[in-house]
Amino acid sequence: MDANLPERLRLRLTPEAPALTVSGGMPVVMLQPAQWLDAVRTLKTEFGFDMMLDVTAVDWPGDALRFEVVLHLYSTRDLVRVRLKTRVPEAEPVIDSLVSLYGAAAFMERECHDMFGIVFRGNDDLRPILLYEGFVGHPLRKDYPKHREQPLVPYRDV
Amino acid sequence: MKIANPVRSSFEPTLVDDGRVIVNIGPSHPATHGTVQIITELDGEKVTRADVHCGYLHRGFEKECESHTWHNLMPYVDRLNYCSGLINDFAYCQAVEELLAIEITPRCRVLRTLLSEYSRIADHITCVAAGLMELGAMTAFLYLMTLRDYIYEHLADVTGARVTYSYGRIGGLARDLPEGWLKRLDEVLDEYETYIGRIHGLMDRNRIFIDRMRRVGTLTQAQAIDYGCTGPMLRSTGLARDVRKDTPYLAYADLDFEVPVGILGDNYDRYVVRMREMDESVHMIRQLVDMLQPGPINVDDPRCVLPEKQLVYSEIESLITHFKLIIDGPRVPAGDVYSSQEGANGELGFYIVSTGQGQPYRVHCRAPSFVHMGVTHLMLQGGQLADVVPTFGSINMIGGECDR
Repeated sequence: MDANLPERLRLRLTPEAPALTVSGGMPVVMLQPAQWLDAVRTLKTEFGFDMMLDVTAVDWPGDALRFEVVLHLYSTRDLVRVRLKTRVPEAEPVIDSLVSLYGAAAFMERECHDMFGIVFRGNDDLRPILLYEGFVGHPLRKDYPKHREQPLVPYRDV
Repeated sequence: MKIANPVRSSFEPTLVDDGRVIVNIGPSHPATHGTVQIITELDGEKVTRADVHCGYLHRGFEKECESHTWHNLMPYVDRLNYCSGLINDFAYCQAVEELLAIEITPRCRVLRTLLSEYSRIADHITCVAAGLMELGAMTAFLYLMTLRDYIYEHLADVTGARVTYSYGRIGGLARDLPEGWLKRLDEVLDEYETYIGRIHGLMDRNRIFIDRMRRVGTLTQAQAIDYGCTGPMLRSTGLARDVRKDTPYLAYADLDFEVPVGILGDNYDRYVVRMREMDESVHMIRQLVDMLQPGPINVDDPRCVLPEKQLVYSEIESLITHFKLIIDGPRVPAGDVYSSQEGANGELGFYIVSTGQGQPYRVHCRAPSFVHMGVTHLMLQGGQLADVVPTFGSINMIGGECDR
């Protein structure tokens, strides 16, 4: 990794220093939800992060901003990865979709929507992908009980 | 009894009669290996639109991970990509070891690399064999399955199981190689040359095979990058990106190997890339056997490695350590990490969050198969109905890791 990359990212994306850290050799940028789309666009166009690796979320119940959305990008030119994070509240778990920048976003955001109920504004296709139509709730939220069953085909009496 | 449809198609039949019909393929179609549903809109034999639905094998892997100790996840991790379970094991262990800041022993590093490459061969064999069988090449399929079985039986000698190994351990491996394992390895690699030579002879210049595979299921390099493709999918389009080469882990930095690429990004290129990658894996395994030095396979770190069984029976400290590791789980320092390895299908990443407890707070698996399902519709649209199955086969979607 280019040793100046974290500093360049910081100057371009987050003027305030604490929002950028380096974790395990990977720059980690903490963003405001409103910055999300613009920051990713900057990373794609100016820093060469042309591949979206992954988007997921982490649930921190009790926090004012309950859901942490975590995005990993990769540059096939510079061979570096970067992690972007933002926090959204439970009452309005909405964030801009990245489908306009990466085709890969369509499927991955669908999964994240399935599992956490994060709404990706601009992704028109948030149909269930790993779950099924009519599934109630979002199983990877911490308050979803692990043993809850929602059988699509009713169990038979034996 | 009416049962609700588990999926909703992204397109509906048109009311005007324009000659198009909607045909549903799967989820349990005999010709798709992997439980997946593809809803297609056909104009004659041509696929005009396709809508891919996965999730039929979803079993709550990530949810389940949150209520088990770091070690107890190993059997679940195994079952992600069940064609090359060892790579999953090692990728997961690597992620946890990064959080623990553990450096594995030199012997363990070489062994993990060797077994990863061995698994990669088994995985590619499965993909190529199934793909060929779908085109009617039963002989090629049986040759490859014979070879794969040699590898599975051989892996069972070291891990104790043919497919679901549970062999990785945080900080090391479950056990060392048994007596005579490397001698048999040499024999299997010789068998590999024989059998793969036959496949090359049967398929490479086979007119029927080329007609079915060339310029079918094509993906451009730009599309592959845009849709996050990695592994043979990306390399078949001509871009030599490989985690083993680009950000070397384990012993890959010390190995001499090439990253084969395709030209057109079609089914034939994916076949060639996989065949060439297997050759490279064999080349790597031969180097790794020479690099293998005697020594411990587990790090000496009581935070995560179980003490010797004999000591557990005879010494109170070891008994306590064993008890605490089993009941409470290893204490992994709080933090998060994304760690990836080159799985057989592409970049296999684990994003792990720890709060310092004996169980993970969150485990997320970046599964290449799932990402590749997001681009499958582009590869199917414009092709023939009969090409759906070979194209789908060449992606090598593994339900276990795709649906998690």
